[in-house]
Amino acid sequence: MINEQQPTLPAPASTIGLVGWLRTNLFNTPVNSVATLVMLYLCYIWLTPIFDWVFISADWAGTTRESCTSGGACWVFITQRIDQFMYGFYPADETWRLDVTFLAFVALIAWLVWPNLPKKGLVAAFTLLVFPFIAFVLLSGGYFGLEHVETHKWGGLSLTLVLAVVGIVAALPLGILLALGRRSEMPIVRAMSVAYIEIWRGVPLITVLFMASVMLPLFLPEDMHFDKLLRALIGITMFQTAYMAEVIRGGLQAIPKGQYEAADALGLGYWQKMVMIILPQALKLMIPGVVNTFIALFKDTSLVLIIGLFDLLAIVQAAQNDPKWIGYATEGYVFVAFVFWIFCFGMSRYSQHLERMLHTGHGSRA
Amino acid sequence: MPTDLSRSAPPGEKTRFWNDPAKRALLFQVLLIGAILLFAGSLISNTLNNLEQRGITTGFDFLSQKAGFGIPLTLIEYNEASTYGTTFWVGLLNTLLVSVLGIIAATFLGFVMGVARLSDNWLIAKLSSVYIEIFRNIPLLLQIFFWYFAVLRTLPSPRQSIEFMSSFLNIRGLSMPAPVPESGFNLVIGAFVIGIVLTFVTSRWAHKRQDQTGQIFPMFWAGLGLIIGLPLVVFMLAGMPMHLDYPVLKGFNFRGGMTLIPELVALWLALTIYTAAFIAETVRAGILAVPKGQLEAAFALGLPKVRTLRLIVIPQAMRVIIPPLTSQYLNLAKNSSLAAAVAYPDLVAVFAGTTLNQTGQAVEIMSMTMAVYLTMSILTSVFMNWYNKRMSLIER
Repeated sequence: MINEQQPTLPAPASTIGLVGWLRTNLFNTPVNSVATLVMLYLCYIWLTPIFDWVFISADWAGTTRESCTSGGACWVFITQRIDQFMYGFYPADETWRLDVTFLAFVALIAWLVWPNLPKKGLVAAFTLLVFPFIAFVLLSGGYFGLEHVETHKWGGLSLTLVLAVVGIVAALPLGILLALGRRSEMPIVRAMSVAYIEIWRGVPLITVLFMASVMLPLFLPEDMHFDKLLRALIGITMFQTAYMAEVIRGGLQAIPKGQYEAADALGLGYWQKMVMIILPQALKLMIPGVVNTFIALFKDTSLVLIIGLFDLLAIVQAAQNDPKWIGYATEGYVFVAFVFWIFCFGMSRYSQHLERMLHTGHGSRA
Repeated sequence: MPTDLSRSAPPGEKTRFWNDPAKRALLFQVLLIGAILLFAGSLISNTLNNLEQRGITTGFDFLSQKAGFGIPLTLIEYNEASTYGTTFWVGLLNTLLVSVLGIIAATFLGFVMGVARLSDNWLIAKLSSVYIEIFRNIPLLLQIFFWYFAVLRTLPSPRQSIEFMSSFLNIRGLSMPAPVPESGFNLVIGAFVIGIVLTFVTSRWAHKRQDQTGQIFPMFWAGLGLIIGLPLVVFMLAGMPMHLDYPVLKGFNFRGGMTLIPELVALWLALTIYTAAFIAETVRAGILAVPKGQLEAAFALGLPKVRTLRLIVIPQAMRVIIPPLTSQYLNLAKNSSLAAAVAYPDLVAVFAGTTLNQTGQAVEIMSMTMAVYLTMSILTSVFMNWYNKRMSLIER
C-alpha cells in the first residue's frame, strides 16, 4: 500500500536534550543570547565570591574568634551562641520545656497539615483551646513544681515563635467576630467594626507597639501592671485582628448567596447559620489568606526589639556588639535571615500548595 | 401570611421581645454602645488619673515650647531654638522624603523584576524569581540593619573615601556635587514648562490627526525633543547658568556639595528592595491577567510588538495592577517608620521618639503620629477608589 504509515522520525537533534533546551530557553533570539551571556557573567562575578565566603573559605569549627583565620564567614560566632539565639536567657536547665512545647506544637500542626489523617476537627479544637494553656504552664512555670521563668528571660527564636503563634491564635477568633460585625445588618455594629479595622490597618505596627509600651500603662488602673511581653502581645493581637478580619471577610464574601438563603430556609438562627453552614466553608477558602497573614506577622515580630524585647533579631544584634565578637555583623544577619527565610518560604510554599489544592472547586477533600 | 415561618409566633401568643430579631438587634446595639462607652470612660478616667499622678499636663501647649535638640537631616529651617511643633513638621517631611524616594525606586525595580520573571529567557526569569523569593521572605527590619550596620557602617572614614565622578562614599554617607543655579536659570525652567505645554498640545493634535487620517505621528520622540531637548538648547544658549558645588575634604569631614546620610541610604535601599519584590509579584499577576486572546488578536491585526504592549497589554494589566500597587505604596510609607531603628529622623523617630521622651506627652504625640498615618491611608484609599472607578471595565 502506498499510504502505509511511515515510521515516526526522531525529533531533530537541535530540539531535544540539553542542546535543544538551551536553544529554546537561553539562546532563542540574538537579543536573548546576549542577555544570557551578560547574566552569566554577572552571576559569575557576584555569586562566586558569595559562595566562596559562605562555604569554601568559611570557618565552622572552634570556640573563639581566633579560630576564624581563613577570611571567609566566621560561623563559629553562630555555633558558639546557638543556644542563646534559640532560647534567649531562659535558664539552661529548663530549656527542655521550650523543646517539649514546640515539639508538641509541631506535632499538632503536622497532624492538621498532613492530608488524610482522622479527627482533624478535634485536633484543631485542642490546638486552639487547650494547648495554649498547657504551653503557658510549661513555658512560664510556677505550677506542678516547675520553676517560674520570668518573661524578660524569654528570648531568641523561641520568643519570636511565641509572639507569632499567640498573635495569630488570639487574632483568629477576634478577627472572625469583627468580620461578622462588618457584614452585620446592625448599623452600629457595622460602623464600629469598620472603624476598628480601618484604624488599626491604617497605622504602622511600630506605632501600635509604641502605644502598647508607652500608653497602655496610662490607660490601666494604677494598681494593674502588665509585663512587657504581655503588652507587646496585646499590641500585636489588636493589630493582627484587623488584618485577619479582612481575610475572613474575603472568605465570607466568597460563599454563594444561595448558601445563606438555604440556611435561612431551614430556619436556622444567625449563629447556627454561621457556625454550621457559612464559617466551615469560608474557613477552607481563608486558609491561604491566613497563612499569608501569618507570614507577614512572623516577619513583623522582629519589630518588638524597638520596645526592648529580645527576639531572634534583637538577640543576634546584641550578640554582635559583644566586644569578643565585634566585626561579625554580616554573619549574624545572614544567620537570622536564613532562619526567617526558611520559615516564611516554607509557609508561602504551603499556602501556594493549598491554593492549588482548593482551586479545583469540586471534589473537596475532608 | 408571614414568610419567615421560624420566627412567627404561634397564633394567640404574643411574640416575646427576645424572639423578635428587630428588637433583639436594637437591644444588642444599645448594649454594645453602653459597653464601649463604659470602656472608653474607664480608659479616660484612668489616663487622667495616671497623668495627674505623674504630674503631666495635658493639651497641646508643648508644641510651642523650645525643642533644644539637633536633627541631622532637615528639609525646612530648623535649629535647636525651634519648637516641638517644628520637630513634627521636620519628621513628617523626612518621612515623606524617604517614602517618595522609595516609591520611585521600588516602582522601577519592581516593574523590571516583574517583567523579567515572565521573560522567555530561562536564566533571567529564574534570577528574578530568586530575587523575589529571597527578599520577600526576610523581615524588612533585618534588611535595614544589614544595609546600615553590615554594609554602610563598614565603609572607610572620610579620609579613605571611595571616590568616583567627584563623589565620595564614606562612613558619613555619600557626598556628591550639588548643582547651584545662577542667574538666567529661570529661562531654562521656562523652556521646560513651555516644552510640557507644547507636548500636550501636539499630542492632542496628533490624536485628532490619527482619528481623521489614520497617520501616526512619532509622539514619543517629539515629546522627548520638546521636554528634554528644548530646555537643553536654552541652557546652552543662556551660557550654561549653573555650576556644581564640589564636596571638599576639610578636617575630618566633607564640606560643600550635598550629602546623602547613611541612615537615609540604608532605609531607602531596604525599602526599595523589599517593596520591589512585592511590586514585582503584583506586576506579574497583572500581566498574566490579560487574556492571551487579546495578544493574539492584536498580532492578527498586524500591530507591532511594542504597540501591542503599549495599547493592549499595559492598559488592561494596569487595571489589575493599580489597586494592589497603591497598597504597596502605602505599606512602604508605613514601613518607613522603621527608620527609628537606625536613627533616620522620620516622624516616628523624631516626634514619637525624642519629643515624646522629652515632654512625656504620650497621649497627644501618639495620637498626632497615628493621625498622620491614618490620613495618608484614607487619602490613598479615596484616591484608589476614585481611580478604580474611572479605570474599571465599562460593560455594556
